Amino acid sequence: MKYDLAVIGSGPGGYVAAIRAAQLKMKVAIIERYPTLGGTCLNVGCIPSKALLDSSEHYLQAAKHFGEHGIGTGALKLDWEIMRGRKDKVVDDNVKGIAFLMKKNKIDVHAGHATLLGSEAIRIVGADGKSTEITSTSVIIATGSKPADLPFAKIDKVKLISSTEALALKSVPKELVIIGAGVIGCELGSVYARLGTKVRIVEYLNSAIPTMDATMGKELGKSLKALGIELYLGHKVKAVDTKGKKVKVVATAPGGEDVELSGDYCMMAVGRRPYTDNLGLENVKVSTDPRGFIKVNEHLETAHPGIYAIGDVIGGAMLAHKAEEEGVFVVERLAGQKPHINYRAIPWVVYTWPEVAGVGYTEEELKQSNRAYKVGSFPYRALGRARAANESEGVVKVLADKDTDEILGVHMFGARAADMIAEAVVALEYRASAEDIARISHAHPTFTEALKEACLAATENRALHL
Amino acid sequence: MLEVKVPSPGESVSEVTISNWLRADGDFVNMNDELFEIESEKATLSVSAESSGVLKILIPAGTTVKVGALACTIDTAASAGTVPPAKVEPSPAKAEQKGAASAVVTATAQKIASPAADKILREAGRSTSDVAKGSGKGGRVTKEGALKAANTPQVAAIAPAPVPAAALANGPVAQIKAAPAHMPPQVAKVAYTGERIERREKMSPLRLKVAERLVSVRQTTAMLTTFNEIDMSNLMQVRKEYKDKFEQQHSVRLGFMSFFTKAVTESLKYFPAVNASIEGDEVVYHDYVDMGIAVQAPKGLVVPVLRNAESMTLAQVEMEIERLAARARNNQLTIDEMTGGTYTISNGGVFGSLMSTPILNPPQSAILGMHKIEERPIAVNGQVVIRPMMYVAMSYDHRIIDGRESVGFLVRVKEYLENPVRLLLQV
Repeated sequence: MKYDLAVIGSGPGGYVAAIRAAQLKMKVAIIERYPTLGGTCLNVGCIPSKALLDSSEHYLQAAKHFGEHGIGTGALKLDWEIMRGRKDKVVDDNVKGIAFLMKKNKIDVHAGHATLLGSEAIRIVGADGKSTEITSTSVIIATGSKPADLPFAKIDKVKLISSTEALALKSVPKELVIIGAGVIGCELGSVYARLGTKVRIVEYLNSAIPTMDATMGKELGKSLKALGIELYLGHKVKAVDTKGKKVKVVATAPGGEDVELSGDYCMMAVGRRPYTDNLGLENVKVSTDPRGFIKVNEHLETAHPGIYAIGDVIGGAMLAHKAEEEGVFVVERLAGQKPHINYRAIPWVVYTWPEVAGVGYTEEELKQSNRAYKVGSFPYRALGRARAANESEGVVKVLADKDTDEILGVHMFGARAADMIAEAVVALEYRASAEDIARISHAHPTFTEALKEACLAATENRALHL
Repeated sequence: MLEVKVPSPGESVSEVTISNWLRADGDFVNMNDELFEIESEKATLSVSAESSGVLKILIPAGTTVKVGALACTIDTAASAGTVPPAKVEPSPAKAEQKGAASAVVTATAQKIASPAADKILREAGRSTSDVAKGSGKGGRVTKEGALKAANTPQVAAIAPAPVPAAALANGPVAQIKAAPAHMPPQVAKVAYTGERIERREKMSPLRLKVAERLVSVRQTTAMLTTFNEIDMSNLMQVRKEYKDKFEQQHSVRLGFMSFFTKAVTESLKYFPAVNASIEGDEVVYHDYVDMGIAVQAPKGLVVPVLRNAESMTLAQVEMEIERLAARARNNQLTIDEMTGGTYTISNGGVFGSLMSTPILNPPQSAILGMHKIEERPIAVNGQVVIRPMMYVAMSYDHRIIDGRESVGFLVRVKEYLENPVRLLLQV
């Protein structure tokens, strides 16, 4: 039997594309080389890290802040086995949910590693070595990415680990060195720092989460330090030694002198590389860029007609929701529809606590493009709800066009920013002005009032509670 | 004080209707801002401000006036400051004077479609300018507005094209692939309230002219239609195989329209009467082909003409169609660009038409109607096979074209398209 669409990889990009295709009455196959569906996101990424982030934040609250609320806990006990077990259960429930969705949508799941053989043929080799072949009119490559490492420091999964191993450590380490203060480094660094690990993060650039708005990086940096994390910004790692009992990381400080950091583990969080190993790209006309990302045109079609690629494997923001949008985009186009992706309106979130979230242009990008803009900021400490919740650390920053008042970017650092950013995304998609948001009623008392106030500040510098 | 008079949209037009004011009375307008739209029997065009100032409207929308009438004035002495300012000045002192910001935002908001509205408009080949007035915040185009615009039947302009045809630069390929999922556009739906309501609307001059011409074609020609069907397999294969290379090489997409154009121009060489017209008691033969191709414009269909289509390459045809379609979309086509065709191709396929009889575009003597490509079982060498098929129809003026010629011509077009390599070999 021939499929209308074969999706290689069942991460959030792949499985969502498969479901959308099934909704559009296509006959769909999805191919996954790992035993469970869901890809990095569900198995070793977004979901398990959030499970541990939530658990560890509860622990921190109990340890540090319950007293402020008048709650005594006695001697606090951390059972890492249970915490980790809960995380595994969350993952298990989620991947089972995907298997159910595949079944419900009558999508054929093929277990095994896929290799493209030509325009329409795909070979699938199962874990048992058995090989089958399927054919499909269209193909979507959604194979995602793997943790990247440094040329002189290869991940060994024992001492020099990636996020995957860091999510499943046998015990809470005493010391942990993390290379890279991006989203993954800051999130997993937070998990272990909350649980009592001495966390040291080395970052080559001069700010944490360097791709986001600089104000956010600065605020998050302060917050991580308050958590007890040592941040080595502007430090260039030059050697990682895993031979001893402890891992030793040597980095050159901005001043030129070397610092040596030690940890029970060193987690490599320097980004992720596209995963196309043994995918058979040489059998088709799919080409990659020097960094290995699959090249696609504006329709996300590769150089080989009929073969598309989405998500991490084509580069851009490595975000599950970006991959999802791309999956739906490709499938709807195959069905003759004319969807569109607004890449400027794809939000970024860091699930530290407080959280960081942003969408649209950063202030640095606006400066660089010489765009005339105005800024409106509002601090959490002026927010009734935040004070009541003992969460007054945070700020919302709105960037709007100086002439038209159109919102160009919204950046938030503070409790619940991950959920609050949704309003800003809607505003961007509808090209709302700062005054539009300022004129929309926001429930009181809520955290979202901070966005309204920041918009008032951006409109005419007339925040009400400042 | 600048006086703005109603311009002539073309020769021999003495009356036009001011169909729409794009700015309000008392607005401060900037130079080059579009002020109003006029509609005549020949075309629709918009008039822009030649200078900045405050607008005073003298003729309300919907009025039919003589060319040269004074439509409005622009008070150039007035500065932007005397009316709601054109720029946002976030000074706290002015905060009470009711959002200066919103005045500006409203003007830009009217070009903004919501994400769902944007998708609907693009699938219907429409733009935000087809939505009369956005009903969302600040005049944004909502899903409701987009649905209305997408479902409003298009009015044939200039040439009374029989079935709506659209710019084919993109070709109907997407629809073919989409066969299982794609639904033809829905028809505009009027709410029946249960009361016996009758609504009367004045026909626009454009519509009146179209009506008059359609009837005249019926009365003054001996029109009939011949049909055939085309197996599109080979053509689709060629397109699939070379569309990327073609686009790389020529920076324009390879659609089906170029093949149809070439198949027609080649076939016309064998059947000169099909490319001829009657003038008085003479037959005028054209030893060149000026191909009229119906494309979509914001106000309806227009039929710009590809001059000397017979000597164009496929790439040149695609490029010229793309250029003309872009001008049509921006209302920039001149009367010259839309007159003088010797033959016309029209495509109802993009709207899902399976078969129809096109109506002549006088003084032309024939018109080809393309239709949708549909997978159908057909017999090939005694076997039932499934092929992508398209019905084609050619209406012709029997006064100068014989049945043998019209049928022979259409068969030839069919053979070229079923075996595109014959176009290359000219056999």
